[in-house]
Amino acid sequence: MHELLHPIRFLKTVGRVFFAFLGATGKLAIFTFTSLMHALTPPYYPRLIGQQMISVGYFSLPVVGLTAVFTGMVLALQSYTGFSRFSAESAIPNVVVLSITRELGPVLAGLMVAGRVGAAMAAEIGTMRVTEQIDALVTLSTNPQKYLVAPRIIAGLAMLPLLVLVGDIIGVFGGYLVSVYKLGFNPSTYLINTWDFFQVDDLISGLVKASVFGFIVTLLGCYNGFYSRGGAQGVGAATTMAVVSASILILCSDYFLTELLFTK
Amino acid sequence: MTTATPKIEVRDLHKAFGPKQVLTGLNLDVGVGESVVVIGGSGTGKSVLIKCIMGLLKPDSGSIRIDGVETVGMRGKDREEVLKKFGMLFQGAALFDSINVWQNVAFALVQSQGMNREEAKKIALEKMAQVGLGPEVGELSPAELSGGMQKRVGLARAIATQPQIIFFDEPTTGLDPIMGDVINDLIVESVRGLGATALSITHDMASARKIADRIAMIYEGKIIWAGPVREIDSSGSDHVDQFINGRAEGPIKMAVRG
Repeated sequence: MHELLHPIRFLKTVGRVFFAFLGATGKLAIFTFTSLMHALTPPYYPRLIGQQMISVGYFSLPVVGLTAVFTGMVLALQSYTGFSRFSAESAIPNVVVLSITRELGPVLAGLMVAGRVGAAMAAEIGTMRVTEQIDALVTLSTNPQKYLVAPRIIAGLAMLPLLVLVGDIIGVFGGYLVSVYKLGFNPSTYLINTWDFFQVDDLISGLVKASVFGFIVTLLGCYNGFYSRGGAQGVGAATTMAVVSASILILCSDYFLTELLFTK
Repeated sequence: MTTATPKIEVRDLHKAFGPKQVLTGLNLDVGVGESVVVIGGSGTGKSVLIKCIMGLLKPDSGSIRIDGVETVGMRGKDREEVLKKFGMLFQGAALFDSINVWQNVAFALVQSQGMNREEAKKIALEKMAQVGLGPEVGELSPAELSGGMQKRVGLARAIATQPQIIFFDEPTTGLDPIMGDVINDLIVESVRGLGATALSITHDMASARKIADRIAMIYEGKIIWAGPVREIDSSGSDHVDQFINGRAEGPIKMAVRG
């Protein structure tokens, strides 16, 4: 009989995995709680918060903008292909603005920022861990969670909605470009239809999602870096874990947020 | 013999990582203004000892008193107050690479003492001058410095807040012998200048002889010999003799395979 198929060994393996999962969940929950407490209580580090806001927001604009413009363009093209079969081409502005503001804007921006910012945070904090810079912070009477983690989380919470707002505008513009210059829509009619279909609630719900995704990306980037170990290999593993776990959590939380925000 | 309270008093300290027992009932006293160097082979628990004293690691059992006050289990503001007495020079200097050199040296002055940046910069440049670094170095990034210069900056950062206790973790590792001696001289000058208590760990006997008032040897998680530096060559301990003479043969068996 294969070793894993032995009933006692199988149960031991299941138990070990289950307790490891519980342990990791508890550790992440404590890290989340203490990080939020540090973000809410003084001392604050406005200079660091500003630097992180620029890093998360301003420097992510090109990647989020490019993603948004091509998403809007593809959305218009695909919608046209499908809707033209039953002469519903006029619904394209509706589909583009609804999909971008409610769903694709925040989710794609969240995933792109997880790849750009979450990875960078995990690598930077992980390197600080393995080169004893985090220990050095403690010896200099500075709480590393307050100094390193809190500013990043605040920046993620604040900047993702702004990024998504810009991304939404660029995404809708991408749909407009394809619809007008390739599919032959009348520019003013397209814009009027877009405006008519646009709902402020859709936009706000997308921005709420973006803020949650910003929190997830920065939290997991910091968490994986903070607990990395084992030199360069450990930092690499932490970076990968930060991106993968943030991406999965973004997609999972997106469903629950959608249900919470849109189910009547 | 003095009955004054030791600056650092470690009693029956135990620390294990999983099944591996690193500290197994370690006892050590460091008097006020004394410089003690702990010597011992790799993996004997020297760094773990310093990290337990600084609160970076939590011991499994035992007592660590600073100025007679128990620090094991101390948290929050109390721990921060104790940490304000400490300065530390890390093995790899552990300079923050996201800020420049003078900001590294002034870090604790600005972040934990709330000093304004101009005043902190002035003090940082003074401390850098004490360790032989000119003001032009202050604007460089730590990545632009050689290993010896990084150690000097680390030393300037360690003494910037005028700590009562300074820890040195392998201060000469990775340096050529001349630069190692320069760092040793700077350590002696800095510690004497501040009237601070110093606890260092090293394998480097030349460094230990230069900076120590007293040497303690750690082996299998315990201090097996401690005495004045002048007595190290006549310790009567085979372990100490083997270590200070760097002999492969003797009671200390090094693991050559993991």
